[in-house]
Amino acid sequence: MAEVTYLEAIREGLFEEMERDPNVFCLGEDIGAYGGAFKVTDGLMQKFGERRVIDTPISEAAIVGAAAGAAHMGLRPVCEMQFIDFISCAYDMLTNYVATARYRAFLPTPMVVRGPSGGYVRGGPFHSQNPEAAFLHTPGLKIVYPATARDAKGLIKAAIRDDDCVLFFEHKYLYRRIKDTMPAGDHVVPIGKARVAREGRDLSIITYAATVWKALEAAEQLEKEEGLSVEVIDLRSLLPMDDEAIVATVKKTNRVLVVHEDTVTGGIAGEITARINELCFEWLDAPVRRVGAHDVPLPYAPQLEDFVLPQTSDIVRAARWISAY
Amino acid sequence: MTATAKASSGTPAAPHGLTREQLLELYKWMRLTRTLEERLVNLYRQTKVVGGLFRSLGQEGCAVGSAFALERRDILSPLIRNLGSMLVKGATPVEVLRQYMAKADSMTRGRELNIHIGDLERGFVGQISHLGDMVPVMAGITLSFKMRNEARVGLVYVGDGATSTGAFHEGINFAAVQRCPLVVIVENNGYAYSTPTSKQTAARSFADKAIGYGVPGVRADGNDVLETYRVTKEAVARARGGEGVTLIELMTYRRKGHAEHDNQSYVPPGEIEQWAATNDPLDRYAKALTTVYAFPASALEAVDAQVQQEVDAATDLAEQSPAPGASEALVGVYGDPPVMPTLWYREGVGSAVEKNERAQGWGTFNG
Repeated sequence: MAEVTYLEAIREGLFEEMERDPNVFCLGEDIGAYGGAFKVTDGLMQKFGERRVIDTPISEAAIVGAAAGAAHMGLRPVCEMQFIDFISCAYDMLTNYVATARYRAFLPTPMVVRGPSGGYVRGGPFHSQNPEAAFLHTPGLKIVYPATARDAKGLIKAAIRDDDCVLFFEHKYLYRRIKDTMPAGDHVVPIGKARVAREGRDLSIITYAATVWKALEAAEQLEKEEGLSVEVIDLRSLLPMDDEAIVATVKKTNRVLVVHEDTVTGGIAGEITARINELCFEWLDAPVRRVGAHDVPLPYAPQLEDFVLPQTSDIVRAARWISAY
Repeated sequence: MTATAKASSGTPAAPHGLTREQLLELYKWMRLTRTLEERLVNLYRQTKVVGGLFRSLGQEGCAVGSAFALERRDILSPLIRNLGSMLVKGATPVEVLRQYMAKADSMTRGRELNIHIGDLERGFVGQISHLGDMVPVMAGITLSFKMRNEARVGLVYVGDGATSTGAFHEGINFAAVQRCPLVVIVENNGYAYSTPTSKQTAARSFADKAIGYGVPGVRADGNDVLETYRVTKEAVARARGGEGVTLIELMTYRRKGHAEHDNQSYVPPGEIEQWAATNDPLDRYAKALTTVYAFPASALEAVDAQVQQEVDAATDLAEQSPAPGASEALVGVYGDPPVMPTLWYREGVGSAVEKNERAQGWGTFNG
């Protein structure tokens, strides 16, 4: 079976959902005739027409707000943020309007906001962000951030079918770098379930998105160099978060490193660490530690970006510290 | 037909395609708005309204006249001074009272306050406090009408203050580009909280802003309910005919403070009294009904009495409603999961508030 890239997997998911459900439509900047800045929506307008693939003004608040209104009426909009960095322009609409609609007004708001996220691509401060933590704090939203092509397809389909607003973060570094075959048939990955990316006994690395691949690299190296058996958990969903999977891996290896690409302070690793503390403190043989980006805006120069972002060698180093504790 | 044309019966015909019954109905909605708000003031002073209270005194013509121009299938999104539009759309006094009194059987089950209520079936969507945000949302609701080829129209109210927000700009521009069947009403009541219009915009009028969006802009006397009806009706017809957005600026005046607690110290002396004496929308309309349209004063008095009775009965009913059960707070954030987990230190606790915990005690604890 032919392999498809992470990006093509998302596109396949969009195509299939638009074909399956006439209420699904896409809106965003340059997504129609042009096919999107990264070509995720390439071919969608040709197939489904201008009515269901809408090129919008540069108005993230209007894109999200209009999607919410349409969703109230039974449609299932999929909004593209050209870069996820621009989701901040719709922060009010997402956190105040969309996230509260069901609770305060019993208005279902089934919609997806998706967009290219993350660094390692020399994108500078405004085309490299990982703003997921900014939304983790908002009850009413769901957040997914796939690391594999299969999960990218399965989760975009689940996100579109979900009856609440799902933020779908896509890692642009992974867009064309990873590929996989797709399971046959209607491939939907449930929201809220983590994945064991690699089985291990001695130490767990809990992570998501692009750093899953760095964690796997580190695990390989640690196995080779010191015979450590490292388990890698790919969270896939950040909100809701799979506490069971987190607790299970803690109980299995008793040593945990939490890794993400986002900056450390106020990042999701802090939340994961707190949950481990509350749910299974007595199973720990070492303090939980975090590896993430330095607390600075992400700089452009390769020398600077590579220094700021977490690298495989950082993960290896931190894992050694924890295993030696 | 002119406003004073005689019908065959000898009584003057109603203008703008309205019937004489509808003329009286307009009066009823305006009177109901005012009477209901006056009742809310009483309940507020009795601390039965547990939060803030917002009045539309002097602006009833804007809300009622415009909403009356919609059809049943159309959807509007009110702002804080558009109670009248919601009543026209079918919100009932008891629903409004229960909401203000935070009752379990209020439309939001005690989750939201004042007139932040909505019902898509009856055609009104609940607003949020962030001004301007309902413009993009209504752009989306009317986009759905267009996508489904439904001959329905949306109407969104903003105040003079909300026109300064990014959401207003993004929303009206989006709707204009998409030719959404949307009417945008800017209710210019002179003040956004304490900020006068002169500090809100350098534009000559809010209607002028329409040019920048490529849509028609109309300015009308919002304290003339029939004129408000007429201009809105035209905009609604344009929208329904596929011609897209119209921006309407309704000139009115906010006679009460931003909310009931506001003492309006920023208003020049005499200004409020002047409007009350010479330009009250209810007084003006009552006068038009009895003079131009030859309704006997008794017809209006009968409406007043009926409205009073309705509000009394609604108050009795609302007072009997129970408060929400505390754990209801955790229900319905998501479709799935349906209930959020109780925090560990609240497990088995019926109420979070001990009997001796009082808000007015905050900051006074001295051991």
